[in-house]
Amino acid sequence: MIVYILRRLGATLIVMAVVALFVFSLLFLTPGDPAAVIAGDVATTDDIQRIREKLGLNEPFLVQFGNWVGRLLHGDLGTSIFTNLPVTKLIGQRVQPTVSLTLLTLVFAVLIAVPVGVLAAAKAGTWTDRLVMGFSVLAFSVPVFVLAYLLIGLFSIRLEWLPVQGYRPLSDGVWPWLSHLILPSIALGTVYMAFIARITRAAMLDVLAQDYIRTANAKGLSPRAVLTGHALKNAGVPIITVIGIGIALLISGAIVTETVFAIPGIGRLTVDAILRRDYPIIQGVILLFSGVYVLINLLVDLSYRLFDPRIRY
Amino acid sequence: MKVVSASLRAFALALAFAAGSAAAQEKVLKFIPQADLRILDPITTTAYITRNHGYMVYDTLFAADAKFQVQPQMVDKWELSRDKLTYTFTLRDGLKFHDGQPVRSADCIASIERWGKRDSLGQRLAQSTESWTAVNDKTFKLKLKKPFPLTLDALGKLSSNVPFIMPERIARTDAFQNVTEAIGSGPFKFVKEEWVPGSKVVYAKNSDYVPRKEAPSWAAGGKIAKVDRVEWIYIPDSATAAAALNAGEADWWEQLPPDLIPLLRKNKDVRVENIDPIGSLGLMRFNFLQPPFNNQKLREALLYVVNQKDYVMGIAGSEANGHPCYSFYTCGTPLASEIGAGPLKGKRDFDKAKQLIQASGYKGEKIVIISATDQPIVHAQSLITAELLRKLGLNVELQAGDWGTLITRRTSKEPVDKGGWSIFHTWFVGPDMLSPANMPMVNLGEKSWFGWPSDPKIEELRQAWFNTTDAASGKKVADAVQLAAFRFLPYITTAQFIIPTAYRSNLSGVIVAPVTFLWNVDKK
Repeated sequence: MIVYILRRLGATLIVMAVVALFVFSLLFLTPGDPAAVIAGDVATTDDIQRIREKLGLNEPFLVQFGNWVGRLLHGDLGTSIFTNLPVTKLIGQRVQPTVSLTLLTLVFAVLIAVPVGVLAAAKAGTWTDRLVMGFSVLAFSVPVFVLAYLLIGLFSIRLEWLPVQGYRPLSDGVWPWLSHLILPSIALGTVYMAFIARITRAAMLDVLAQDYIRTANAKGLSPRAVLTGHALKNAGVPIITVIGIGIALLISGAIVTETVFAIPGIGRLTVDAILRRDYPIIQGVILLFSGVYVLINLLVDLSYRLFDPRIRY
Repeated sequence: MKVVSASLRAFALALAFAAGSAAAQEKVLKFIPQADLRILDPITTTAYITRNHGYMVYDTLFAADAKFQVQPQMVDKWELSRDKLTYTFTLRDGLKFHDGQPVRSADCIASIERWGKRDSLGQRLAQSTESWTAVNDKTFKLKLKKPFPLTLDALGKLSSNVPFIMPERIARTDAFQNVTEAIGSGPFKFVKEEWVPGSKVVYAKNSDYVPRKEAPSWAAGGKIAKVDRVEWIYIPDSATAAAALNAGEADWWEQLPPDLIPLLRKNKDVRVENIDPIGSLGLMRFNFLQPPFNNQKLREALLYVVNQKDYVMGIAGSEANGHPCYSFYTCGTPLASEIGAGPLKGKRDFDKAKQLIQASGYKGEKIVIISATDQPIVHAQSLITAELLRKLGLNVELQAGDWGTLITRRTSKEPVDKGGWSIFHTWFVGPDMLSPANMPMVNLGEKSWFGWPSDPKIEELRQAWFNTTDAASGKKVADAVQLAAFRFLPYITTAQFIIPTAYRSNLSGVIVAPVTFLWNVDKK
């Protein structure tokens, strides 16, 4: 097991090195010039050229890449071209909102989707099942931003229960923190919830058709015990895989959610950096995301053992 | 439902109360700015959001008032020698930077010298300058090589780049490198530790600030901070910004898109106002280095078909928020006139335009209009122009990307098939287009603004304008510049428009000016 983890972590480093090279090359080839953005609308070509020189953007690709990798190996992601703040500080400012939003969404979606999926499977073919499936299709079909505006209109403007926008850190108190995340989590989590519910139902239906379930029923176990103790545990591997994959969906969905609800998270940091060609931030964030994805996949793989003891590493 | 709602609100209120009464007593102005503040240095960039940040933090030696007159601001008194070659400036008493250090002559000189390396009017002043000398900490002299009648106008320039005064140690930074501190002597202090780029900028009242005694008028007069703290909350999504203002989570939204005006007008607690007395100008810029707009006749053809009313509607959505402006100078300002504007103002004449196209020898070369979909004012103009050119039978292609791509691509001097361009649109606030000093009017070829027009006649007249010594002769030469410009067409003005603002009705003291100023604003 430990050897397996170390091997996977070693592979992670290789993946991140490839990502680093890819991202740097891509940004080098992408049209756009931060010097032109800095200079503003009234600048001249000469002004932009002088700013490019000051920023070192005229250096050859290999020199720029070498400088960046050199700093990276010292744990330095560089400095924002625009704000002159360290990328690590900018990411640090944004981690809490995004992690809070993602975790709350995950909890909200999983706590609702898994029981609903199990229920739909247990009541397959009934109105309950059709209702769950109908809701799933609806949830898949409504874009995140549409749902977000509907939620703002109802809960923030009409009922005045929850704030329209912004983020308050946990240090300001649990309710201020939570109240700013409830609507974004629902908006972001609804698609995810539908996705997990459908997969849970499918996995459960597959397991419920197995001989050992018939045996468990024949032994006189209660339906609840059969569902949770036998069926759900055996359906756990595909469900946990989907939850892991879904985290990637959540991060991309968070960009839209953070924009609509004006949450200063990593998603918005990324979009803003791309729009103004703030290369050090883009590179830093993509490296961070790739590292997080790889680690989530590792955790998902390791968690399989909890559901299926036959799996060995 | 109502019971639950009331309970939740009571719960939230109780928690807020518990958070501390001191914070509750502080007057905080929550302001949604036009853009995200990314760059702190108002000298390296001309971005309006950084200019506005500059007005919060810094002060200026002189400042323009609502009558387009330049008034002393940090300066207490000034003198001009008889030969008009030496200015002597004396600073007001009690001026202090936010780090507690007094404002000295050396700070002013270093700041003006740095600004003079970047700003177009500042460069003109620098070319005429022999020396800046500190007489003592409060008095300094400017010695000119030749009289420069626009000296005070330059030092009181209203819009980008504004000659803000910084501490000497900061102002010594290379003019092409961003300063990383925002320490000024203005009415608000920048709270750097609370700055979250892309989300929030915080300013605290500068209690050491000594305002002038005169009433505020544009950038001139007394700058009294009437709130303890200003928070700029950047909300990129306009629907969310409208909802935040409606719900009272923000006090003021600086610039709102036309389609949301009716929604906000329904709220009796929100005032939708036009506080910009002169507005902004849209423009169509040609590439003079490449065919087909290196041909004067083709540019002239467009003059007969551009209908400014279409552009007003496209940009502002309503005639209430814009109007045509048949001048190269901002309409409603002293130099504006319609001299030479006949072809642009008269009946739209497609036949005449087609004759000119034929006379130009146009052979169907591809015309590329570059646009930015994330800039509604730019994109609306681009769409209208593309349609107009298609109507004229020209081979036009609209290539839309984002603003970051547009401003990079417009630096290209290559043909369109190698990444170049033929037309782009942009817009400037009225104060940037008051006179022949404006950048799009510069006609120095490779040293001009993007498009690189070259017309010795216009340059000669512009130079003559810089040397005029009184308003009457200045106006006469400005008219001559405009006549020459309507003949050569360095660009075509597309519309003059106002971007409305909206604020909660508990705010008072909002200053009517072409730039959004946050001093004098009180919150009940």
